[in-house]
Amino acid sequence: MKRKRITKEEVEHVAWLAHVELSEEEKEIFTEQFNEILDYFEKIDSADTGDVTPTYHVLDLVNVYREDETRDSMEKEDTFRNAPREEKGFFKAPRIV
Amino acid sequence: MAKPFELTAREITAKIKAQELKAEEYISSILEREREVDGEINAYIAVTDEVALNAARTIDKKISRKEDVGRLAGIAIAVKDNMCTKGTRTTCASEMLESFTPPYNATVIEKIRSEDGVIIGKTNMDEFAMGTTTETSHFGPTRNPWDLTRVPGGSSGGSAAALIAEEATLALGSDTGGSIRCPASYCSTVGLKPTYGLVSRYGLIAYANSLEQIGPMAMDVYDCALLLNVIGGYDPMDGTSVSLPGKGYTTNLRDDVKGLRIGVPIEFLGEGTDDRVKKSIWDAIQKYEDLGASYNEISLSNLEFSLAAYYIVAMSEASSNLARYDGLRYGYRVSEDVSDWSTVYSKNRRTGFGSEVRRRIILGTYALSAGYYNRYYLKALKIRTLIRRDFEEVLKKFDVLMGPTMPIPPFEIGEKIQNPLALYMCDVLTVPANITGYPAISIQCGFAGGLPIGLQIIGKPFDEATVLQTAYSFEKNTDFHERRPTLGHSFKSPI
Repeated sequence: MKRKRITKEEVEHVAWLAHVELSEEEKEIFTEQFNEILDYFEKIDSADTGDVTPTYHVLDLVNVYREDETRDSMEKEDTFRNAPREEKGFFKAPRIV
Repeated sequence: MAKPFELTAREITAKIKAQELKAEEYISSILEREREVDGEINAYIAVTDEVALNAARTIDKKISRKEDVGRLAGIAIAVKDNMCTKGTRTTCASEMLESFTPPYNATVIEKIRSEDGVIIGKTNMDEFAMGTTTETSHFGPTRNPWDLTRVPGGSSGGSAAALIAEEATLALGSDTGGSIRCPASYCSTVGLKPTYGLVSRYGLIAYANSLEQIGPMAMDVYDCALLLNVIGGYDPMDGTSVSLPGKGYTTNLRDDVKGLRIGVPIEFLGEGTDDRVKKSIWDAIQKYEDLGASYNEISLSNLEFSLAAYYIVAMSEASSNLARYDGLRYGYRVSEDVSDWSTVYSKNRRTGFGSEVRRRIILGTYALSAGYYNRYYLKALKIRTLIRRDFEEVLKKFDVLMGPTMPIPPFEIGEKIQNPLALYMCDVLTVPANITGYPAISIQCGFAGGLPIGLQIIGKPFDEATVLQTAYSFEKNTDFHERRPTLGHSFKSPI
Protein backbone atom coordinates (compact mmCIF):
# COMPACT_ATOMS: atom_id res chain seq x y z
CA MET A 1 0.00 0.00 0.00
CA LYS A 2 1.12 3.51 -0.77
CA ARG A 3 2.48 5.55 2.11
CA LYS A 4 -0.02 8.03 3.47
CA ARG A 5 1.00 11.66 3.13
CA ILE A 6 -1.22 12.72 6.00
CA THR A 7 -2.72 10.53 8.73
CA LYS A 8 -6.07 10.90 10.43
CA GLU A 9 -4.28 12.05 13.60
CA GLU A 10 -2.50 14.80 11.65
CA VAL A 11 -5.79 15.93 10.09
CA GLU A 12 -7.26 16.12 13.62
CA HIS A 13 -4.28 18.16 14.79
CA VAL A 14 -4.38 20.67 11.89
CA ALA A 15 -8.17 21.02 12.23
CA TRP A 16 -7.59 21.83 15.90
CA LEU A 17 -4.98 24.43 14.97
CA ALA A 18 -7.46 25.97 12.52
CA HIS A 19 -10.30 25.91 15.10
CA VAL A 20 -12.57 23.81 12.91
CA GLU A 21 -14.39 20.93 14.53
CA LEU A 22 -14.84 17.79 12.42
CA SER A 23 -17.14 14.83 12.95
CA GLU A 24 -15.65 11.34 13.09
CA GLU A 25 -17.00 10.59 9.63
CA GLU A 26 -15.54 13.80 8.23
CA LYS A 27 -12.13 13.00 9.67
CA GLU A 28 -12.13 9.77 7.65
CA ILE A 29 -13.34 11.45 4.45
CA PHE A 30 -11.03 14.45 4.77
CA THR A 31 -8.02 12.21 5.39
CA GLU A 32 -8.71 10.28 2.22
CA GLN A 33 -9.37 13.43 0.17
CA PHE A 34 -6.33 15.25 1.58
CA ASN A 35 -4.10 12.35 0.59
CA GLU A 36 -5.39 12.53 -2.97
CA ILE A 37 -4.95 16.31 -3.13
CA LEU A 38 -1.47 16.23 -1.56
CA ASP A 39 -0.49 13.50 -4.03
CA TYR A 40 -1.43 15.89 -6.79
CA PHE A 41 0.47 18.75 -5.13
CA GLU A 42 3.64 16.61 -5.37
CA LYS A 43 3.76 17.80 -8.96
CA ILE A 44 5.41 21.03 -7.85
CA ASP A 45 8.48 19.13 -6.61
CA SER A 46 9.70 18.75 -10.18
CA ALA A 47 9.65 22.51 -10.88
CA ASP A 48 13.16 23.92 -10.99
CA THR A 49 12.95 26.87 -8.60
CA GLY A 50 16.63 26.98 -7.55
CA ASP A 51 17.32 30.68 -6.88
CA VAL A 52 13.95 32.01 -8.00
CA THR A 53 12.50 34.76 -5.79
CA PRO A 54 8.96 34.14 -4.58
CA THR A 55 6.04 36.26 -5.83
CA TYR A 56 4.05 37.32 -2.79
CA HIS A 57 2.24 39.91 -4.81
CA VAL A 58 1.93 40.62 -8.55
CA LEU A 59 2.13 44.41 -8.33
CA ASP A 60 5.39 46.19 -7.75
CA LEU A 61 4.07 47.93 -4.68
CA VAL A 62 6.29 48.48 -1.68
CA ASN A 63 4.56 50.65 0.88
CA VAL A 64 1.38 52.59 0.31
CA TYR A 65 1.04 55.60 2.58
CA ARG A 66 -1.86 57.92 3.19
CA GLU A 67 -2.16 61.25 4.92
CA ASP A 68 -2.60 60.88 8.66
CA GLU A 69 -5.92 62.65 8.85
CA THR A 70 -8.73 61.98 11.25
CA ARG A 71 -12.13 61.04 9.96
CA ASP A 72 -15.36 59.84 11.49
CA SER A 73 -15.52 56.22 12.48
CA MET A 74 -18.57 54.02 12.34
CA GLU A 75 -21.45 54.70 14.72
CA LYS A 76 -21.34 52.45 17.78
CA GLU A 77 -24.83 51.21 17.04
CA ASP A 78 -23.79 50.06 13.56
CA THR A 79 -20.73 48.35 14.97
CA PHE A 80 -22.86 46.13 17.19
CA ARG A 81 -25.68 45.52 14.75
CA ASN A 82 -24.27 42.17 13.61
CA ALA A 83 -22.93 41.01 16.97
CA PRO A 84 -24.52 37.73 18.11
CA ARG A 85 -24.08 38.78 21.75
CA GLU A 86 -23.52 42.24 23.17
CA GLU A 87 -23.47 43.44 26.74
CA LYS A 88 -23.06 46.99 28.08
CA GLY A 89 -21.39 48.23 24.94
CA PHE A 90 -19.01 45.27 24.60
CA PHE A 91 -18.89 42.17 22.42
CA LYS A 92 -19.57 39.26 24.71
CA ALA A 93 -16.96 36.54 24.31
CA PRO A 94 -17.07 32.95 25.58
CA ARG A 95 -15.31 32.08 28.82
CA ILE A 96 -11.53 32.42 28.46
CA VAL A 97 -10.37 30.68 31.66
CA MET B 1 -40.87 44.25 -30.37
CA ALA B 2 -38.29 43.30 -27.79
CA LYS B 3 -39.41 43.34 -24.16
CA PRO B 4 -37.46 45.76 -21.92
CA PHE B 5 -35.66 42.93 -20.09
CA GLU B 6 -34.26 41.63 -23.40
CA LEU B 7 -32.38 44.84 -24.21
CA THR B 8 -28.70 45.60 -23.64
CA ALA B 9 -27.52 48.22 -21.14
CA ARG B 10 -26.47 50.45 -24.02
CA GLU B 11 -29.99 50.33 -25.51
CA ILE B 12 -31.74 50.80 -22.19
CA THR B 13 -29.80 53.88 -21.04
CA ALA B 14 -30.36 55.45 -24.47
CA LYS B 15 -34.11 54.81 -24.30
CA ILE B 16 -34.39 55.97 -20.69
CA LYS B 17 -32.47 59.17 -21.39
CA ALA B 18 -34.59 59.82 -24.49
CA GLN B 19 -37.73 59.25 -22.36
CA GLU B 20 -38.83 56.42 -24.65
CA LEU B 21 -38.79 54.02 -21.72
CA LYS B 22 -39.33 54.71 -18.06
CA ALA B 23 -36.73 53.25 -15.71
CA GLU B 24 -39.58 52.05 -13.52
CA GLU B 25 -41.22 50.21 -16.41
CA TYR B 26 -37.95 48.50 -17.32
CA ILE B 27 -37.07 47.57 -13.72
CA SER B 28 -40.60 46.18 -13.29
CA SER B 29 -40.15 44.06 -16.38
CA ILE B 30 -36.86 42.66 -14.99
CA LEU B 31 -38.53 41.90 -11.64
CA GLU B 32 -41.44 40.20 -13.39
CA ARG B 33 -39.01 38.11 -15.41
CA GLU B 34 -37.20 37.13 -12.21
CA ARG B 35 -40.47 36.00 -10.62
CA GLU B 36 -41.27 34.00 -13.74
CA VAL B 37 -38.03 32.07 -14.14
CA ASP B 38 -35.94 32.18 -10.96
CA GLY B 39 -37.92 29.50 -9.18
CA GLU B 40 -36.20 26.91 -11.37
CA ILE B 41 -32.85 28.66 -11.78
CA ASN B 42 -32.12 30.00 -8.26
CA ALA B 43 -29.76 32.71 -9.52
CA TYR B 44 -30.64 35.08 -6.68
CA ILE B 45 -30.18 34.77 -2.94
CA ALA B 46 -32.12 37.99 -2.46
CA VAL B 47 -33.99 40.35 -4.78
CA THR B 48 -34.09 43.94 -3.56
CA ASP B 49 -37.28 44.84 -5.42
CA GLU B 50 -38.51 47.76 -3.29
CA VAL B 51 -35.11 49.45 -3.20
CA ALA B 52 -34.70 48.93 -6.95
CA LEU B 53 -38.14 50.33 -7.83
CA ASN B 54 -37.54 53.39 -5.64
CA ALA B 55 -34.17 53.97 -7.30
CA ALA B 56 -35.83 53.68 -10.73
CA ARG B 57 -38.52 56.23 -9.79
CA THR B 58 -35.83 58.64 -8.60
CA ILE B 59 -34.08 58.35 -11.97
CA ASP B 60 -37.35 58.92 -13.85
CA LYS B 61 -37.92 62.05 -11.77
CA LYS B 62 -34.43 63.33 -12.48
CA ILE B 63 -35.00 62.86 -16.20
CA SER B 64 -38.39 64.51 -16.22
CA ARG B 65 -36.76 67.50 -14.48
CA LYS B 66 -34.05 67.50 -17.17
CA GLU B 67 -31.34 66.78 -14.58
CA ASP B 68 -28.21 64.90 -15.61
CA VAL B 69 -28.19 61.16 -15.02
CA GLY B 70 -25.24 58.79 -14.76
CA ARG B 71 -23.70 56.41 -17.26
CA LEU B 72 -25.64 53.44 -15.90
CA ALA B 73 -28.95 55.29 -15.60
CA GLY B 74 -31.61 52.80 -14.58
CA ILE B 75 -29.67 49.64 -15.46
CA ALA B 76 -30.53 46.55 -13.39
CA ILE B 77 -27.30 45.15 -11.99
CA ALA B 78 -27.02 41.82 -10.19
CA VAL B 79 -24.29 41.69 -7.55
CA LYS B 80 -22.56 38.56 -6.33
CA ASP B 81 -23.36 38.08 -2.67
CA ASN B 82 -19.76 38.47 -1.50
CA MET B 83 -19.77 42.24 -2.05
CA CYS B 84 -20.97 44.36 0.84
CA THR B 85 -24.22 46.24 0.32
CA LYS B 86 -25.13 48.63 3.12
CA GLY B 87 -28.43 47.63 4.69
CA THR B 88 -28.84 44.56 2.45
CA ARG B 89 -27.80 41.15 3.73
CA THR B 90 -24.51 39.89 2.32
CA THR B 91 -24.17 36.19 3.01
CA CYS B 92 -21.31 34.85 0.89
CA ALA B 93 -23.78 31.97 0.43
CA SER B 94 -22.69 30.76 3.87
CA GLU B 95 -24.54 29.94 7.07
CA MET B 96 -21.70 31.82 8.77
CA LEU B 97 -22.96 35.13 7.33
CA GLU B 98 -26.63 34.23 6.83
CA SER B 99 -27.81 37.20 8.90
CA PHE B 100 -24.93 39.61 8.22
CA THR B 101 -26.03 43.09 7.12
CA PRO B 102 -23.02 45.22 6.20
CA PRO B 103 -22.82 48.71 7.73
CA TYR B 104 -21.03 50.02 4.62
CA ASN B 105 -20.93 49.63 0.84
CA ALA B 106 -18.15 48.07 -1.19
CA THR B 107 -16.44 50.69 -3.38
CA VAL B 108 -17.85 49.08 -6.56
CA ILE B 109 -21.38 49.52 -5.15
CA GLU B 110 -20.73 53.20 -4.39
CA LYS B 111 -19.41 53.69 -7.92
CA ILE B 112 -22.40 52.00 -9.52
CA ARG B 113 -24.83 54.05 -7.44
CA SER B 114 -23.05 57.28 -8.27
CA GLU B 115 -23.70 56.50 -11.96
CA ASP B 116 -27.39 55.76 -11.27
CA GLY B 117 -27.07 51.98 -11.69
CA VAL B 118 -29.79 50.00 -9.89
CA ILE B 119 -28.80 47.04 -7.70
CA ILE B 120 -31.51 44.49 -8.43
CA GLY B 121 -30.38 41.74 -6.06
CA LYS B 122 -27.63 39.58 -4.62
CA THR B 123 -26.66 36.50 -6.58
CA ASN B 124 -25.95 32.94 -5.59
CA MET B 125 -22.40 31.62 -5.49
CA ASP B 126 -20.23 28.88 -4.10
CA GLU B 127 -19.81 29.40 -0.36
CA PHE B 128 -17.10 32.05 0.18
CA ALA B 129 -16.44 31.86 -3.60
CA MET B 130 -14.79 28.45 -3.15
CA GLY B 131 -16.00 26.31 -6.01
CA THR B 132 -16.48 25.85 -9.71
CA THR B 133 -20.18 24.94 -9.86
CA THR B 134 -22.27 27.06 -7.41
CA GLU B 135 -23.22 23.78 -5.74
CA THR B 136 -21.61 24.58 -2.37
CA SER B 137 -24.04 27.46 -1.66
CA HIS B 138 -25.85 27.25 1.67
CA PHE B 139 -28.96 28.29 -0.30
CA GLY B 140 -28.91 25.42 -2.78
CA PRO B 141 -27.35 25.17 -6.23
CA THR B 142 -28.02 27.49 -9.15
CA ARG B 143 -29.16 25.63 -12.27
CA ASN B 144 -27.79 26.25 -15.74
CA PRO B 145 -30.53 27.98 -17.80
CA TRP B 146 -29.40 26.02 -20.89
CA ASP B 147 -30.04 22.70 -19.15
CA LEU B 148 -31.51 22.75 -15.66
CA THR B 149 -29.83 19.45 -14.76
CA ARG B 150 -26.38 20.99 -15.26
CA VAL B 151 -24.14 23.37 -13.31
CA PRO B 152 -23.90 27.03 -14.34
CA GLY B 153 -20.21 27.12 -13.43
CA GLY B 154 -18.89 28.98 -10.44
CA SER B 155 -18.28 30.55 -8.21
CA SER B 156 -20.17 33.55 -9.70
CA GLY B 157 -22.80 31.13 -11.11
CA GLY B 158 -25.78 33.21 -9.96
CA SER B 159 -24.54 36.33 -11.74
CA ALA B 160 -24.00 34.50 -15.06
CA ALA B 161 -27.29 32.58 -14.84
CA ALA B 162 -29.21 35.80 -14.02
CA LEU B 163 -27.77 37.43 -17.16
CA ILE B 164 -28.49 34.65 -19.65
CA ALA B 165 -31.97 34.14 -18.16
CA GLU B 166 -32.53 37.88 -18.64
CA GLU B 167 -33.16 38.51 -14.93
CA ALA B 168 -30.52 41.27 -14.98
CA THR B 169 -28.83 43.40 -17.63
CA LEU B 170 -25.36 43.69 -16.06
CA ALA B 171 -23.71 41.79 -13.24
CA LEU B 172 -20.69 41.82 -10.95
CA GLY B 173 -18.68 38.73 -10.23
CA SER B 174 -15.39 38.07 -8.49
CA ASP B 175 -12.61 35.91 -9.89
CA THR B 176 -10.00 34.24 -7.67
CA GLY B 177 -9.19 31.30 -9.95
CA GLY B 178 -11.74 31.61 -12.74
CA SER B 179 -14.93 32.44 -10.85
CA ILE B 180 -16.08 35.05 -13.40
CA ARG B 181 -14.86 33.36 -16.57
CA CYS B 182 -16.03 29.83 -15.77
CA PRO B 183 -19.72 30.71 -15.29
CA ALA B 184 -19.50 33.16 -18.21
CA SER B 185 -18.37 30.23 -20.35
CA TYR B 186 -20.94 27.75 -18.96
CA CYS B 187 -23.89 30.16 -19.28
CA SER B 188 -22.83 31.83 -22.55
CA THR B 189 -22.20 35.37 -21.32
CA VAL B 190 -19.24 37.76 -21.36
CA GLY B 191 -17.11 37.90 -18.20
CA LEU B 192 -13.90 39.82 -17.59
CA LYS B 193 -11.33 39.36 -14.86
CA PRO B 194 -9.48 42.68 -14.90
CA THR B 195 -5.76 43.04 -14.22
CA TYR B 196 -5.02 42.70 -10.52
CA GLY B 197 -5.29 46.20 -9.05
CA LEU B 198 -7.59 47.75 -11.64
CA VAL B 199 -10.75 47.40 -9.54
CA SER B 200 -10.94 48.15 -5.82
CA ARG B 201 -11.51 45.13 -3.59
CA TYR B 202 -12.73 47.25 -0.65
CA GLY B 203 -15.91 45.60 0.60
CA LEU B 204 -15.29 42.34 -1.24
CA ILE B 205 -15.36 39.59 1.36
CA ALA B 206 -11.84 38.21 1.12
CA TYR B 207 -10.95 34.66 0.12
CA ALA B 208 -7.43 34.92 -1.39
CA ASN B 209 -6.34 38.55 -1.56
CA SER B 210 -3.34 38.22 -3.84
CA LEU B 211 -5.37 36.46 -6.55
CA GLU B 212 -8.86 37.93 -6.63
CA GLN B 213 -10.47 40.74 -8.57
CA ILE B 214 -14.01 42.01 -8.99
CA GLY B 215 -15.05 42.17 -12.63
CA PRO B 216 -17.92 43.01 -14.98
CA MET B 217 -20.25 40.44 -16.55
CA ALA B 218 -22.67 41.20 -19.39
CA MET B 219 -24.38 39.80 -22.46
CA ASP B 220 -22.10 41.60 -24.89
CA VAL B 221 -18.64 43.15 -24.94
CA TYR B 222 -19.80 46.77 -25.14
CA ASP B 223 -21.86 46.39 -21.96
CA CYS B 224 -18.94 44.68 -20.23
CA ALA B 225 -16.66 47.61 -21.15
CA LEU B 226 -19.32 50.07 -19.98
CA LEU B 227 -19.42 48.53 -16.51
CA LEU B 228 -15.60 48.39 -16.37
CA ASN B 229 -15.49 52.13 -17.11
CA VAL B 230 -17.51 52.68 -13.96
CA ILE B 231 -15.91 50.25 -11.49
CA GLY B 232 -12.22 50.61 -12.44
CA GLY B 233 -9.70 52.99 -10.90
CA TYR B 234 -7.76 53.87 -7.77
CA ASP B 235 -9.48 53.71 -4.41
CA PRO B 236 -7.81 55.07 -1.26
CA MET B 237 -9.58 52.28 0.66
CA ASP B 238 -7.66 49.58 -1.24
CA GLY B 239 -3.89 49.94 -1.06
CA THR B 240 -3.48 47.45 -3.93
CA SER B 241 -5.65 49.40 -6.35
CA VAL B 242 -3.76 51.20 -9.06
CA SER B 243 -4.00 54.73 -10.36
CA LEU B 244 -4.25 54.80 -14.15
CA PRO B 245 -5.09 57.59 -16.55
CA GLY B 246 -8.82 57.53 -17.30
CA LYS B 247 -9.55 54.81 -19.84
CA GLY B 248 -12.65 54.89 -21.97
CA TYR B 249 -13.02 51.20 -22.61
CA THR B 250 -16.17 51.69 -24.68
CA THR B 251 -14.87 54.44 -26.95
CA ASN B 252 -11.99 52.33 -28.30
CA LEU B 253 -14.09 49.36 -29.37
CA ARG B 254 -13.60 48.79 -33.09
CA ASP B 255 -14.35 45.83 -35.33
CA ASP B 256 -10.74 45.46 -36.41
CA VAL B 257 -8.14 42.78 -35.68
CA LYS B 258 -5.95 43.26 -38.73
CA GLY B 259 -2.36 42.55 -37.77
CA LEU B 260 -3.32 41.23 -34.31
CA ARG B 261 -0.82 38.60 -33.16
CA ILE B 262 -2.43 35.69 -31.32
CA GLY B 263 -0.50 33.16 -29.25
CA VAL B 264 -2.18 29.78 -28.75
CA PRO B 265 -0.66 27.86 -25.82
CA ILE B 266 -0.65 24.20 -26.86
CA GLU B 267 -1.09 23.23 -23.20
CA PHE B 268 -4.61 24.73 -23.35
CA LEU B 269 -5.58 22.29 -26.11
CA GLY B 270 -3.97 19.13 -24.77
CA GLU B 271 -5.46 15.75 -23.98
CA GLY B 272 -7.39 17.08 -20.98
CA THR B 273 -9.50 19.30 -23.23
CA ASP B 274 -12.71 17.90 -24.72
CA ASP B 275 -12.66 17.48 -28.53
CA ARG B 276 -15.84 19.51 -29.03
CA VAL B 277 -14.30 22.36 -27.06
CA LYS B 278 -11.12 22.14 -29.14
CA LYS B 279 -13.12 22.31 -32.34
CA SER B 280 -15.00 25.47 -31.29
CA ILE B 281 -11.76 27.15 -30.24
CA TRP B 282 -9.99 26.32 -33.50
CA ASP B 283 -13.05 27.57 -35.41
CA ALA B 284 -12.82 30.84 -33.48
CA ILE B 285 -9.10 31.18 -34.19
CA GLN B 286 -9.82 30.48 -37.86
CA LYS B 287 -12.38 33.28 -37.75
CA TYR B 288 -9.73 35.66 -36.39
CA GLU B 289 -7.41 34.61 -39.20
CA ASP B 290 -10.15 35.33 -41.74
CA LEU B 291 -10.49 38.78 -40.16
CA GLY B 292 -6.80 39.55 -40.65
CA ALA B 293 -5.15 38.36 -37.44
CA SER B 294 -2.33 35.82 -37.33
CA TYR B 295 -1.66 33.07 -34.84
CA ASN B 296 1.17 30.83 -33.68
CA GLU B 297 1.16 27.83 -31.41
CA ILE B 298 3.36 28.37 -28.39
CA SER B 299 4.35 26.45 -25.28
CA LEU B 300 4.40 27.73 -21.70
CA SER B 301 6.72 25.27 -20.03
CA ASN B 302 5.78 25.96 -16.40
CA LEU B 303 2.03 25.87 -16.97
CA GLU B 304 1.81 22.28 -15.76
CA PHE B 305 2.57 23.47 -12.22
CA SER B 306 0.04 26.28 -12.18
CA LEU B 307 -2.99 24.44 -10.83
CA ALA B 308 -1.17 22.92 -7.84
CA ALA B 309 0.62 26.21 -7.12
CA TYR B 310 -2.66 28.11 -7.37
CA TYR B 311 -4.49 25.85 -4.92
CA ILE B 312 -1.65 25.96 -2.40
CA VAL B 313 -1.57 29.79 -2.46
CA ALA B 314 -5.37 30.16 -2.46
CA MET B 315 -5.89 27.72 0.43
CA SER B 316 -3.08 29.28 2.44
CA GLU B 317 -4.51 32.76 2.05
CA ALA B 318 -8.01 31.44 2.79
CA SER B 319 -6.89 29.85 6.06
CA SER B 320 -5.54 33.21 7.19
CA ASN B 321 -8.43 35.33 5.87
CA LEU B 322 -11.18 33.17 7.30
CA ALA B 323 -9.59 33.10 10.76
CA ARG B 324 -11.64 36.24 11.45
CA TYR B 325 -14.88 34.24 11.58
CA ASP B 326 -15.10 33.50 15.27
CA GLY B 327 -18.79 34.30 15.76
CA LEU B 328 -17.95 37.14 18.11
CA ARG B 329 -18.35 40.47 16.31
CA TYR B 330 -20.55 39.02 13.54
CA GLY B 331 -21.35 35.67 12.02
CA TYR B 332 -22.77 32.39 13.23
CA ARG B 333 -22.58 31.60 16.92
CA VAL B 334 -23.79 28.45 18.67
CA SER B 335 -26.71 29.17 20.94
CA GLU B 336 -24.99 28.21 24.18
CA ASP B 337 -21.42 28.89 25.22
CA VAL B 338 -21.03 25.26 26.17
CA SER B 339 -17.39 25.44 27.03
CA ASP B 340 -14.17 27.46 26.78
CA TRP B 341 -13.53 29.92 23.93
CA SER B 342 -11.48 27.52 21.86
CA THR B 343 -14.23 24.90 21.78
CA VAL B 344 -16.92 27.50 21.12
CA TYR B 345 -14.97 28.94 18.17
CA SER B 346 -14.44 25.48 16.73
CA LYS B 347 -18.16 24.73 17.01
CA ASN B 348 -19.13 28.08 15.45
CA ARG B 349 -16.83 27.35 12.54
CA ARG B 350 -18.01 23.77 12.21
CA THR B 351 -21.67 24.73 11.80
CA GLY B 352 -21.08 28.08 10.12
CA PHE B 353 -18.85 26.76 7.34
CA GLY B 354 -19.72 24.08 4.79
CA SER B 355 -17.36 21.22 4.07
CA GLU B 356 -15.49 22.75 1.09
CA VAL B 357 -14.67 25.89 3.09
CA ARG B 358 -13.44 23.80 6.02
CA ARG B 359 -11.45 21.59 3.65
CA ARG B 360 -9.60 24.61 2.26
CA ILE B 361 -9.04 26.21 5.68
CA ILE B 362 -7.52 23.01 7.04
CA LEU B 363 -5.36 22.31 3.99
CA GLY B 364 -4.21 25.94 3.95
CA THR B 365 -3.31 25.75 7.63
CA TYR B 366 -1.34 22.59 6.84
CA ALA B 367 0.53 24.23 3.92
CA LEU B 368 1.54 27.13 6.18
CA SER B 369 2.45 25.07 9.23
CA ALA B 370 5.98 24.54 10.53
CA GLY B 371 7.79 21.93 8.47
CA TYR B 372 5.57 22.35 5.42
CA TYR B 373 5.84 26.09 4.71
CA ASN B 374 8.92 25.81 2.48
CA ARG B 375 7.73 22.68 0.77
CA TYR B 376 4.30 23.94 -0.19
CA TYR B 377 3.66 27.66 0.27
CA LEU B 378 7.10 29.06 -0.54
CA LYS B 379 7.59 26.63 -3.42
CA ALA B 380 4.22 27.67 -4.87
CA LEU B 381 5.22 31.36 -4.68
CA LYS B 382 8.43 30.61 -6.57
CA ILE B 383 6.44 28.79 -9.25
CA ARG B 384 4.29 31.89 -9.44
CA THR B 385 7.41 33.82 -10.44
CA LEU B 386 8.28 31.23 -13.12
CA ILE B 387 4.81 31.40 -14.65
CA ARG B 388 4.85 35.20 -14.64
CA ARG B 389 8.18 35.15 -16.47
CA ASP B 390 6.77 32.74 -19.07
CA PHE B 391 3.78 35.01 -19.69
CA GLU B 392 5.90 38.15 -19.77
CA GLU B 393 8.20 36.62 -22.41
CA VAL B 394 5.47 35.29 -24.63
CA LEU B 395 3.44 38.50 -24.51
CA LYS B 396 6.42 40.38 -25.91
CA LYS B 397 5.77 38.52 -29.17
CA PHE B 398 1.98 38.37 -29.10
CA ASP B 399 -0.81 40.84 -28.37
CA VAL B 400 -3.10 38.29 -26.76
CA LEU B 401 -3.22 34.61 -25.85
CA MET B 402 -6.23 32.46 -26.73
CA GLY B 403 -7.65 29.15 -25.66
CA PRO B 404 -10.74 27.62 -24.08
CA THR B 405 -12.02 29.01 -20.78
CA MET B 406 -13.07 25.55 -19.57
CA PRO B 407 -11.62 22.22 -20.68
CA ILE B 408 -15.02 20.51 -20.73
CA PRO B 409 -18.64 21.64 -21.39
CA PRO B 410 -21.02 22.13 -18.42
CA PHE B 411 -21.51 18.88 -16.51
CA GLU B 412 -24.38 17.57 -14.40
CA ILE B 413 -25.24 18.84 -10.95
CA GLY B 414 -23.88 16.27 -8.47
CA GLU B 415 -21.51 14.71 -11.00
CA LYS B 416 -18.24 15.86 -9.42
CA ILE B 417 -19.14 17.39 -6.07
CA GLN B 418 -18.02 14.34 -4.05
CA ASN B 419 -14.58 14.48 -5.61
CA PRO B 420 -12.82 17.77 -4.74
CA LEU B 421 -9.70 17.06 -6.81
CA ALA B 422 -11.74 16.38 -9.97
CA LEU B 423 -13.47 19.74 -9.47
CA TYR B 424 -10.18 21.56 -8.88
CA MET B 425 -8.95 20.18 -12.22
CA CYS B 426 -11.70 22.11 -14.03
CA ASP B 427 -9.88 25.37 -13.13
CA VAL B 428 -6.69 24.41 -14.94
CA LEU B 429 -7.09 26.94 -17.78
CA THR B 430 -8.38 29.86 -15.73
CA VAL B 431 -5.91 29.98 -12.81
CA PRO B 432 -2.88 31.20 -14.83
CA ALA B 433 -4.47 34.67 -15.21
CA ASN B 434 -4.85 34.87 -11.42
CA ILE B 435 -1.35 33.64 -10.74
CA THR B 436 0.08 36.29 -13.08
CA GLY B 437 -2.52 38.98 -12.35
CA TYR B 438 -3.11 39.40 -16.10
CA PRO B 439 -6.50 40.40 -17.56
CA ALA B 440 -8.62 37.66 -19.15
CA ILE B 441 -12.07 37.56 -20.67
CA SER B 442 -14.43 34.73 -21.59
CA ILE B 443 -16.78 35.26 -24.54
CA GLN B 444 -19.37 33.09 -26.28
CA CYS B 445 -17.81 31.07 -29.11
CA GLY B 446 -19.90 27.98 -29.72
CA PHE B 447 -22.18 25.21 -28.53
CA ALA B 448 -21.72 21.47 -28.10
CA GLY B 449 -25.02 19.60 -28.03
CA GLY B 450 -26.80 22.78 -26.93
CA LEU B 451 -24.25 23.55 -24.18
CA PRO B 452 -22.20 26.76 -24.35
CA ILE B 453 -18.46 26.95 -24.97
CA GLY B 454 -16.35 29.96 -24.02
CA LEU B 455 -13.27 31.45 -25.66
CA GLN B 456 -10.69 32.85 -23.26
CA ILE B 457 -8.57 35.83 -24.31
CA ILE B 458 -5.65 36.77 -22.03
CA GLY B 459 -3.88 40.12 -22.44
CA LYS B 460 -1.01 42.17 -21.10
CA PRO B 461 -1.29 43.81 -17.67
CA PHE B 462 -3.61 46.84 -17.76
CA ASP B 463 -4.22 46.32 -21.48
CA GLU B 464 -7.93 45.57 -21.08
CA ALA B 465 -8.48 47.79 -24.13
CA THR B 466 -6.86 45.23 -26.48
CA VAL B 467 -8.58 42.29 -24.78
CA LEU B 468 -11.96 44.00 -25.14
CA GLN B 469 -11.40 45.04 -28.72
CA THR B 470 -10.29 41.53 -29.67
CA ALA B 471 -13.46 40.14 -28.07
CA TYR B 472 -15.62 42.83 -29.66
CA SER B 473 -14.38 42.04 -33.19
CA PHE B 474 -15.27 38.35 -32.80
CA GLU B 475 -18.73 39.25 -31.52
CA LYS B 476 -19.35 41.60 -34.46
CA ASN B 477 -18.71 38.74 -36.88
CA THR B 478 -20.58 35.94 -35.11
CA ASP B 479 -23.99 35.50 -33.49
CA PHE B 480 -23.29 33.21 -30.52
CA HIS B 481 -23.89 36.08 -28.08
CA GLU B 482 -27.44 36.54 -29.39
CA ARG B 483 -28.62 33.04 -28.53
CA ARG B 484 -30.84 32.52 -25.51
CA PRO B 485 -32.09 29.37 -23.76
CA THR B 486 -35.79 28.50 -23.79
CA LEU B 487 -37.25 29.50 -20.44
CA GLY B 488 -40.49 30.48 -18.75
CA HIS B 489 -44.08 30.55 -19.98
CA SER B 490 -43.66 33.19 -22.64
CA PHE B 491 -40.74 31.35 -24.16
CA LYS B 492 -42.28 28.00 -25.04
CA SER B 493 -40.38 26.85 -28.07
CA PRO B 494 -42.41 26.19 -31.21
CA ILE B 495 -42.37 22.43 -31.78
